[in-house]
Amino acid sequence: MIALIVDAASWGFLVTGSFLVVVGALGLVRMPDFYTRLHPAGITDTLGTDLILTGLMLQAGFTLVTVKLFLIGAFLFFTSPTSTHAIANAALVAGLKPRYATIPPRPEGAGAGKKDAR
Amino acid sequence: MDLRDAFGLFNYWMVIVLMMTGLYIVVSRGNLVKKIVGLNIFQTSVFLLYISMGKVSGGTAPILTGKPEVFSNPLPHVLILTAIVVGVATTALGLALIIRIKNAYNSIEEDEIQKQDLAAENAEGDGRTTR
Amino acid sequence: MESAINVALLLFLAGTAFSILRRTTLFSVVMLSGVFSLVSAALLVHLDAVDVAFTEAAVGAGVSTVLMLSTLSLTARHEAPSTRSRAIPLIVVFLTGLALVYGTLDMPRFGDPDAPIHGHVVPRYITGTATEIGMPNIVTAVLASYRGFDTLGETTVIFTAGIGVLLLLAGTIREPGVAEKLTAMDHHLVLRVVTKLLIGPILLFALYVQFHGDYGPGGGFQAGVIFATAFIIYALVFGLGTASRALPGRAVRVLLALGVLIYGGVGLVSFFFGKNYLDYSVLGPTAAAGQHIGILLVEFGVGMTVAAVMVSTYYAFAGQNPPIGDEEW
Repeated sequence: MIALIVDAASWGFLVTGSFLVVVGALGLVRMPDFYTRLHPAGITDTLGTDLILTGLMLQAGFTLVTVKLFLIGAFLFFTSPTSTHAIANAALVAGLKPRYATIPPRPEGAGAGKKDAR
Repeated sequence: MDLRDAFGLFNYWMVIVLMMTGLYIVVSRGNLVKKIVGLNIFQTSVFLLYISMGKVSGGTAPILTGKPEVFSNPLPHVLILTAIVVGVATTALGLALIIRIKNAYNSIEEDEIQKQDLAAENAEGDGRTTR
Repeated sequence: MESAINVALLLFLAGTAFSILRRTTLFSVVMLSGVFSLVSAALLVHLDAVDVAFTEAAVGAGVSTVLMLSTLSLTARHEAPSTRSRAIPLIVVFLTGLALVYGTLDMPRFGDPDAPIHGHVVPRYITGTATEIGMPNIVTAVLASYRGFDTLGETTVIFTAGIGVLLLLAGTIREPGVAEKLTAMDHHLVLRVVTKLLIGPILLFALYVQFHGDYGPGGGFQAGVIFATAFIIYALVFGLGTASRALPGRAVRVLLALGVLIYGGVGLVSFFFGKNYLDYSVLGPTAAAGQHIGILLVEFGVGMTVAAVMVSTYYAFAGQNPPIGDEEW
């Protein structure tokens, strides 16, 4: 009985995760602007993969594989939002303006230093 | 050769298509960085060819687990593993050459470089006759 | 079902390759080549080549992309439109492809267990790994022991390529000054914090992969690349000067040679015991224990050389004087 519930739950996670990945890919193609495109890409990286990994963890049960999957999930949890932030940051610093919004002016004194060298 | 054989060879044909795309990029494009990328595509598809040859249907990764199992052939894996790292080392060497070429010619387009070389040769030829 | 995954991944790869062909912005080309490597790593997992997939993902999608981007930052951003005729390359490529397809018609069907490639030495390697060497990962056993000479040659090739890069770029490397510090970077704060958090786990993972290569996918090549990645990301985020203080260029060059020396030295030790070069059975109390010790040492040498080559190549690329400053991009 428990095995059936765990199996069903893992299937639920896997299907939801895959659906989010597909949504992310679709959004990447359909969104009009660079910054808006970054958002679905972030969904694919974080929630999509984390849900898929949770589904896989439930499939694997209480073995070493689950611990490894958890560590992978934790690593992705840290790196995917950071990479999305890095891309958006690089675009903002390089001067790319969002198409449908305005950037508030930078307050004086902050970030007035030279750009980082590589 | 029936349809089943053809389907069995599909992997190899797709890999050949990839190889030829890589080769076409190397031969037809003049930009040096793009040539290196094309060479990488060629390399990777050769790796895929070898590993496809080693796959055994119904087999699993060649790691002993204590249970009697059918393994995929580990020998291509060994050869390709070293080939991948050697490939990146030679790519690094190629990229270093590109950096030096850029320093010397101020361009990484093959046509530009050949033009400059020819101009330098002609200038040298004239210099020798008037000396 | 299996073949559906195969077909899908191969079509993906073909699509990526065509996009690389068509794009003229070099940044997109480099990123797409990283995608190509990652998808081919997925295909390699599907083809049961887990070690190879590991290496391809780490090397092709990681280090290779970083080095190409460093080159792009020093050279050009766009490909000039080509003026040469496309007909001749197309014909040549088409004819070569046709010849290769003709060659595959004689090949055994994909996945055939009776193919000639599975005979001869391979059954001996598989059974010998269980009895003579006693480690689960057959690929590592074959790489380090049965085909140890090949791996020695490959390590030397990597070493030579590293030396080649250093020689080519030696004259133009700008040694980072000790006083070069990071200017106020409030908009890189997230990157700096997360990088500091992650470098420890990355190095730990590299050591895990290095020493766990006997029991699962892993080994010296992958571990070396992951080890180098930690230092490369440190250099990327905190600047070359800070990274050079953590791992100086001189130390990297010593490690470069030391790895090959360890590998060759293990073979010499076997000489002194009266056996063949790279015969590990003399290194321990029993033959199997000796094999374990030999494989461990040899993989360690390989990992050291690979890591040193990647780090020194990145240092060489990053130490170049950029033709235009950061502000003019």
